[in-house]
Amino acid sequence: MNAVKKLLRYLRGYRAVMLLSMLLAAGSVLLTLYVPIIFGDAIDLIIDRGNVDIKGVVSLLARAGIVAAAASLMQWLMNIINNRIAFETVRDLRDTAFKRISRLPLSFIDSHSHGDLVSRVIADVDQLSEGLLLGFTHFFTGIVTIAATLCFMLTISWPITIIAVVLTPLSLFVARFVSKSTYELFRGQSRIRGEQTSLIDEMIGSQKLVNAYNYTKKSHDRFSEINQRLTGISVKAIFLSSLVNPTARFVNAIVYAAVGLAGALCVIPNASGEALLTVGGLTCLLSYANQYTKPFNEISGVVTELQNAIACAERIFELIEAEPESSDEGLKRLEGVKGNVSLDSVSFSYSPERPLIEGLCLSAKPGQRIAIVGPTGCGKTTLINLLMRFYDVTGGAVRVEGNDIRELTRHSLREGYGMVLQETWLKSGTIAQNIRMGRQDATDDEIIAAAKAAHAHSFIKRLPNGYDTVIGEDGGSLSAGQKQLLCITRVMLKRPPMLILDEATSSIDTRTEIRVQRAFEKLMEGKTSFIVAHRLSTIMSADLILVMKDGHIIEQGTHDELLERKGFYSTLYNSQFAH
Amino acid sequence: MTDGLLRLLRFFRGYRAEAVLAPSFKIIEAIFELLLPLVVARIIDVGIPSGDRGYIAGMCGIMVLFGALGLMSTLTAQYFSAKGAVGFASAVRQGLFDHIQSLSFAELDRLGGSTLITRMTNDINQVQSGVNLTLRLLMRSPVIVFGAMIMAFTIDPGEALIFVGVIPALSLVVFGIMIASIYLFKRVQKSLDTVLLKTRENLVGARVIRAFCMEKSEVEEFTEKNDLLSKTQKFAGMISSVMNPLTYFMVNIGIIFLIYTGALKVESGVLTQGLVIALYNYMSQILVELVKLANFIISLTKCIASGNRIEEVFRVSSSMEYGRKSEGLSQEYAVELEGVGFSYQGASSHAIEKINLSIKPGESLGIIGPTGCGKSTLISLIPRFYDATEGVVRLYGRDVREYTKDALSSYVAVVMQKAELFKGSIRDNVALGAEGVSDSELESAIESAQAGELLREHPEGLDYMIEQGGRNLSGGQRQRLGIARALARRPRILILDDSASALDYATEASLRRSLGSLDYSPVIITVSQRVASVMHCDRILVLEDGQAVGLGGHEELLASCEDYRELYESQIRSSGGARG
Repeated sequence: MNAVKKLLRYLRGYRAVMLLSMLLAAGSVLLTLYVPIIFGDAIDLIIDRGNVDIKGVVSLLARAGIVAAAASLMQWLMNIINNRIAFETVRDLRDTAFKRISRLPLSFIDSHSHGDLVSRVIADVDQLSEGLLLGFTHFFTGIVTIAATLCFMLTISWPITIIAVVLTPLSLFVARFVSKSTYELFRGQSRIRGEQTSLIDEMIGSQKLVNAYNYTKKSHDRFSEINQRLTGISVKAIFLSSLVNPTARFVNAIVYAAVGLAGALCVIPNASGEALLTVGGLTCLLSYANQYTKPFNEISGVVTELQNAIACAERIFELIEAEPESSDEGLKRLEGVKGNVSLDSVSFSYSPERPLIEGLCLSAKPGQRIAIVGPTGCGKTTLINLLMRFYDVTGGAVRVEGNDIRELTRHSLREGYGMVLQETWLKSGTIAQNIRMGRQDATDDEIIAAAKAAHAHSFIKRLPNGYDTVIGEDGGSLSAGQKQLLCITRVMLKRPPMLILDEATSSIDTRTEIRVQRAFEKLMEGKTSFIVAHRLSTIMSADLILVMKDGHIIEQGTHDELLERKGFYSTLYNSQFAH
Repeated sequence: MTDGLLRLLRFFRGYRAEAVLAPSFKIIEAIFELLLPLVVARIIDVGIPSGDRGYIAGMCGIMVLFGALGLMSTLTAQYFSAKGAVGFASAVRQGLFDHIQSLSFAELDRLGGSTLITRMTNDINQVQSGVNLTLRLLMRSPVIVFGAMIMAFTIDPGEALIFVGVIPALSLVVFGIMIASIYLFKRVQKSLDTVLLKTRENLVGARVIRAFCMEKSEVEEFTEKNDLLSKTQKFAGMISSVMNPLTYFMVNIGIIFLIYTGALKVESGVLTQGLVIALYNYMSQILVELVKLANFIISLTKCIASGNRIEEVFRVSSSMEYGRKSEGLSQEYAVELEGVGFSYQGASSHAIEKINLSIKPGESLGIIGPTGCGKSTLISLIPRFYDATEGVVRLYGRDVREYTKDALSSYVAVVMQKAELFKGSIRDNVALGAEGVSDSELESAIESAQAGELLREHPEGLDYMIEQGGRNLSGGQRQRLGIARALARRPRILILDDSASALDYATEASLRRSLGSLDYSPVIITVSQRVASVMHCDRILVLEDGQAVGLGGHEELLASCEDYRELYESQIRSSGGARG
């Protein structure tokens, strides 16, 4: 229910329009219900040969035309207004959610499945808009329709109204009964469906293995067994659930017949020669009886839809209300970066039970090259996370030019770094747009120069539209190596005072790698750089080597110092000769 | 555009009776509904003027009876349609599953796993509900609409002309708006896709975006796309919400004409009051039914689109035909590649080119080279996962294209880079596809693959359950079970495609020793980027950009092959970073 309140807050701006929508709904319902009455009156004027009041009929029909037109118009206007409220609310929600994402700490993004977050912003919001729309359109209209129909029927004949009112719950009762018994079946169906989907997932996901190891016969059998079970339960579930409408219609037919019977009997004049009802009144009642139960079914449908929508709203608000990063406001900008970076007995852990980095000290002077070495998963990325302040240290401090980076604005800190990660990321857009991320105000010539420096120019030139080629999601058809070259180009364009290269050339072929490496050498001159590398030459020429294992920095020093120490580094270095 | 769906109808075999019975019973239901207004007319024209209460009660009894008969025929129809639609869909599902299994690697590459999974699940469900609706509504709606018109003709041909005018006009509006809506909603979907893309992009690229301080411009881009989406949605909503008010208005105009002309005819004695009411009721029925029909057609278009997507997969046939031979011709060479080249479908350049290679039974061969040099491509030609686009591949003297599929898969076992394990016991996973292998044979295969510790650690032994994707095992354990799976088949040719990358050096070395001492001494082909993994092989093939740049023993290559020496120096001598 909390979500409902929050949702209402988003709707607050639309209060006036919502009121208008309700007025229109009430108006259109009343007019719609008035039309059969006019027709009934008109029919009452058509009694028998030579006994027809044509003039009266014409004037009544003209009125019916006007009323019907007004009712349609009001309904349309109401629809437009409802559309506006629903779609604009979800637009605002999406904007808010996206803005929040851009301010969420990386720890949040890393620890949540991206698919789940995306589905909150897309699928859940969509479901919500559907629910809002249906709610606005059907819920209120439905209630007004039921109330007004009853009133109108009462004015025509109260005993017959009572017959209708007593009989209609029958259809609701039947619907309840059916949906209760189908619920279990549908649950069973989705359970078996889930089972089948995971088999499909496994088998088709590993189709090549299944092929290579001749597993097809066996997997056919497994699939077929599940498929038969699914068929059995689906037939039952679908059949049972399809009973709701026909049975409701049957109940409706009974109401119709009962109203018809009672009505007709009332039309026959009694002993004193007066009739309780006219033929026109009967027609009108019959037409009401026909549509009287419809809003009940609609409302019960809308209620499920609304419940669903509220569940979705909860998931959206969970995202929107997630704790954002601490604000940068009031912090000073980092200026005049030369490249003095120091780690002051830094400790860090992703979760308190598992300390990762403890008491790490390190000092890098401008122009120094720090190589980080160690097996996969040893925590090299963690170090980068701390330097860039994607994560905050849990103890000690990271300092740039003597400033604790927590006292600097994030933008000014990050502007000082150029980063190339092993996992490349490109946005959908043109090649030029992607490179320009390095420096927004770069000219085309500067972009080309950077691309040349990164040896990306020659492949970009060969793309269908050169630098204006649009690349799809995650680089689309570019190879891993080409994507990496583009990421390197960005940094070449940025020329920052500090560099972070995380296996930046891992996907590039050997020849290009050597050339790119040379370009990096030039770029790194006079700059402080942190390099996660696998090339011997890069590591050996580093001013400082950090050897990491299981999240700890176990050794640091130059290549020669570390060899001399005969520790982990020298074991790593020598291990392959042992074979 | 319905081509694909129509072709799928072959799966209706076995459900023909249902396909006929369901709509037939629906028609019966519709007829009962159409008779109702006539009964009402009798009450008004006969029962009321004569004051015959018994007659009126009888007529109302008939109404209830019609309702009951209608209900029974509907239920029968629903039963047949549920049975027919579900039966049809499950036949399609099984057929599609079997079809996908029959496809060769080349087609699987082209189709991609995730699309196949969507087609197997979402699309087939969509078709199932579409077919179910079709069986129920396709006949009913037209029968009601045209039935109402025909009934009007039987009452009074002149009045029926109003129906003849209103029905096409209504249909035009209903279907016109529907077509426009389908088009508009497609645009909404497209616009929604761009919003989705932007969201996902920002989650995946959060680090890079923040590193380059792009948050603000990304938010701006999103707002712009989101705005466009909202505008498209509002426009589409506005058009589609014209439908109800407009059709309502049109039907009422029809009724006004009906009552007016009816009044004139009653005045002249051609019609009765009751019949005018009957005509009025028929007009109302038409509207309700047309709206149902329009909704039905919207689901039908979705069903057709899904049907086409499914049929697309059926139309992809395996490009590979297998031979009938199961024995080789000579024992001199286990594997021979003669001038072999290969390029992937749609690729402009060769993945590998002009490879010549002969491997004797029992020999061990290493293949090394940087990522993307064609190592995996080369070895996938040996078990004929793909057909070489140039040259010939032979196993035991016979062209691979002459062997049966069974023979190929029993000769050659490939352990792939990513060890794919299924949910199930160790036994199921290791025995995969190998028929009639005893537990002791499985255990010895697992021992040879250096995964024996797994059996000892878990008291359930071979019955230890592996979760989907092998989540409860380490990367190294998964790889070793993948190797055990290959060994359980006692292949003559064993190919390890970078399949020991998650093992530490000591384990890798003992694996190498145990593979070397297998009693059936298979040909062992080891693919790796690491010199240390291949340097002990009898011969090593060095690949660079799809071409062989060296072939020989370790020492020989060190002396003669520059690429090999470069690899060796950058890896072996810089061991510290070699695994980073």
